[in-house]
Amino acid sequence: MEEQCLTVPGRFESLAQIAEFVSAAVRDAGWDDDELFHVQVAVDEACSNIIEHAYGPQVTGVVKLTCCIQSQGDLVITIHDNGKPFDPATVPEPPIGADLENLPEGGLGLYFMRKLMDEVTFHFDSTNGNVLTMVKRRPK
Amino acid sequence: MEISTKDMKRVSLVAVAGRVDSATAPDFEKALQSLIQANRSQIVLDLSGVEYMSSAGIRGMVSALKASKSGGGDVRLARPSTRVKEVLELAGLLSIFTVYDDLVEAVGSF
Repeated sequence: MEEQCLTVPGRFESLAQIAEFVSAAVRDAGWDDDELFHVQVAVDEACSNIIEHAYGPQVTGVVKLTCCIQSQGDLVITIHDNGKPFDPATVPEPPIGADLENLPEGGLGLYFMRKLMDEVTFHFDSTNGNVLTMVKRRPK
Repeated sequence: MEISTKDMKRVSLVAVAGRVDSATAPDFEKALQSLIQANRSQIVLDLSGVEYMSSAGIRGMVSALKASKSGGGDVRLARPSTRVKEVLELAGLLSIFTVYDDLVEAVGSF
């Protein structure tokens, strides 16, 4: 599969379009609906975090996604933004299994990404901004 | 996303359809909170039409559950798809929410 790209405004209204893009790319790769769902959730959570935290209501920018299947069959998705630098170490892991009173208000998105993808890597530099790379291994 | 609410004798039945993501979750949460503020805190959420639910939608449901329980009510879930159940399980919420596969049973549980 050739690399497929999508650039959309960093607004929540773009999320449905992003889901369609991911769906087409994963289906092109011949993966099944279970794999597609996991990738869709991870990408939706990643882009939601970018729109809410890296950009926020005051800052506008674009979210650029690329999808490609590597020669060994793994799916690699990169998501790029020019918003505030993101440091995943600042997000505490949610207390999964806690009782109702202690359930967290946030942090689930990053947790989902890590649970559903095989690799999740964040990189920031002042020239390129935030680059998130997520890898899903080829289904066996 | 579409939301329709039907007030029954003891229960408010809220049917949600479409995508509940960061774009739509604020409206979803607002609909639930306005019911609770109107003392209609016994809620059945019919999720059969939900195609996709993100963590933003889940946060809305958890926040409604907390508010409802503090008013002596409950938010019970009916007919979630396999995908929605998978997300709830991932978030560790299948033990927090009461989930019914049958809508009549969910409504009758109050």
